[in-house]
Amino acid sequence: MTVLILKTVFLITAINGALAVLLVIAERFFANYGECRIRINDQKELTVNGGISLLSALSSQKIFLPSACGGRGTCAYCKCQVQEGAGPLLPTEEPLLSPEEINKQVRLACQVKVKQDLSIRIPEELFAIQQFETVVEQMADLTYDIKRVRLKLIDPNAIQFKAGQYVQLVSQPYGKVRESVQRAYSIASPTYENGIVELMIRLVPEGICTTWVHEVLQEGDHVQIIGPMGDFEMHEGEGEIIMVAGGSGMAPMVSLLSDMLKDPPKRKATYFFGAVTKRDIFFLDEMAEFEKRIPNFNFVPALSDPQPDDDWDGETGLITVPLGNYLSTIKTENAQGYLCGSPGMIHACVNVMKENGISGENIFFDPFG
Amino acid sequence: MEGLSPWILFFAAIFTGNILLTYFLGMCSFLSVSKQIKTASGLGLAVIFVLTITAALNWIVYWHLLQPLGMEYLRYIVFIVVIAATVQLLEMFIERYSESLYLNLGIFLPLITVNCAILGVSLFMIIRKYTFIQSVAFGAGSGIGWFLAILAMAGIRERLNEKKIPAALHGPGIALIISGIMAMAFIGFSGMVQIQ
Repeated sequence: MTVLILKTVFLITAINGALAVLLVIAERFFANYGECRIRINDQKELTVNGGISLLSALSSQKIFLPSACGGRGTCAYCKCQVQEGAGPLLPTEEPLLSPEEINKQVRLACQVKVKQDLSIRIPEELFAIQQFETVVEQMADLTYDIKRVRLKLIDPNAIQFKAGQYVQLVSQPYGKVRESVQRAYSIASPTYENGIVELMIRLVPEGICTTWVHEVLQEGDHVQIIGPMGDFEMHEGEGEIIMVAGGSGMAPMVSLLSDMLKDPPKRKATYFFGAVTKRDIFFLDEMAEFEKRIPNFNFVPALSDPQPDDDWDGETGLITVPLGNYLSTIKTENAQGYLCGSPGMIHACVNVMKENGISGENIFFDPFG
Repeated sequence: MEGLSPWILFFAAIFTGNILLTYFLGMCSFLSVSKQIKTASGLGLAVIFVLTITAALNWIVYWHLLQPLGMEYLRYIVFIVVIAATVQLLEMFIERYSESLYLNLGIFLPLITVNCAILGVSLFMIIRKYTFIQSVAFGAGSGIGWFLAILAMAGIRERLNEKKIPAALHGPGIALIISGIMAMAFIGFSGMVQIQ
């Protein structure tokens, strides 16, 4: 009996071992594409080891393309133009690219494998994206499910960004989660405070990164962020500014408002903030302060389901209701819309804005999934 | 089974003893990937490919390794491991040398590791004591039979998209009924050659 068991164990191990060795050798042999050169914008040239995705090849050389899904080909943030050497379009990329993008040879950097010399084009601003080593200076609860995280930048120790942009937070493995992921969060701190970055992070049920922030991350911990990224920012204009946000969509708005405080705009600005009950609402004192110090700025919070003990005397209903009511009373011809929140909320509010005469090109938004 | 011509085995595996419609092996990918002709033929091609190669490899492993050692009872584990390794190897090989084939088969190859038709063919050829040539013919024939069945199914389902089907039968419901009817139709071939 013992002999039989030993023989079995030995044979299984031998076969598995032999096949594993075979696969490792095969991988060396087949999947080794040697050194490949990547030409960027016909200026820079990088040399990387082939066989990995373009996204990781670039980040290994400190060029960070935005990526919110961590290279799984779902967020489509890592789009870049690949002029030579990418091979045919993959079935995983096709659904995420528009016909014009396909014509322009736009590809998803996380899906394109570096197998030969490549020639790519990326926007110049991306060169400004850096990885920052930071330490958590302060953590505070804004509501029962939104935390405010203040990061002090260590290396590099200052960040240049435009109000409305976001950074990617790199989570560390914890508990049963063995992987490190990157998720995008808007910067809530003012642009002139360039030594710190403040984020507002809402706990997403089952969310890998948000659970890590809410349950594992402590003051004094070291974390990495990559940024700044994104093109959500204040645009020049004559008409009224209409801001709409919900939940942690507050973050970029606070940054935009801090900029307005330094350099008050001549036009009127109104900020609609949607929440369900009073326990979802926060920053009321800060908003009152902004209202006092920015001329022509109004803050309009609305609760969609105020509880009896909330003692709420403000607007009620979905945020689209006060927004629609307000827009119907003003001149919307040159007005600009700035939105940040869930895709559903943004979609509904963009429709209300368009119905009230704000043109699509004057509506700017930053959705998060 | 010494006397049986490999050609007879080959055609018998396609028609009379179709691995899918007679033995009902490989049903789950058959039902889930048969919505479009394009993807169905991709998966079908990958199955032909892997079935032929693993039939040959598993034949060698069984008759020249497991049997001489008297450890035939390990065949289930060993066959699965060989199939998984073959699929991995093939994926690497195809990715390197044939971009277009990789694009067509690429996403289906890993799926095939768990397709029970592959393991089924390896086990049948052992039970029926086929020779090496017979086994390869049987593997290739079974693969082509599976390919034909999923292709026919995908064609029918694409046509059904335009037709009105009772709500309760949408998806797997109607697919199971169709495969039943297809299996009955294939009984019509059974007069030709009978292999057991």
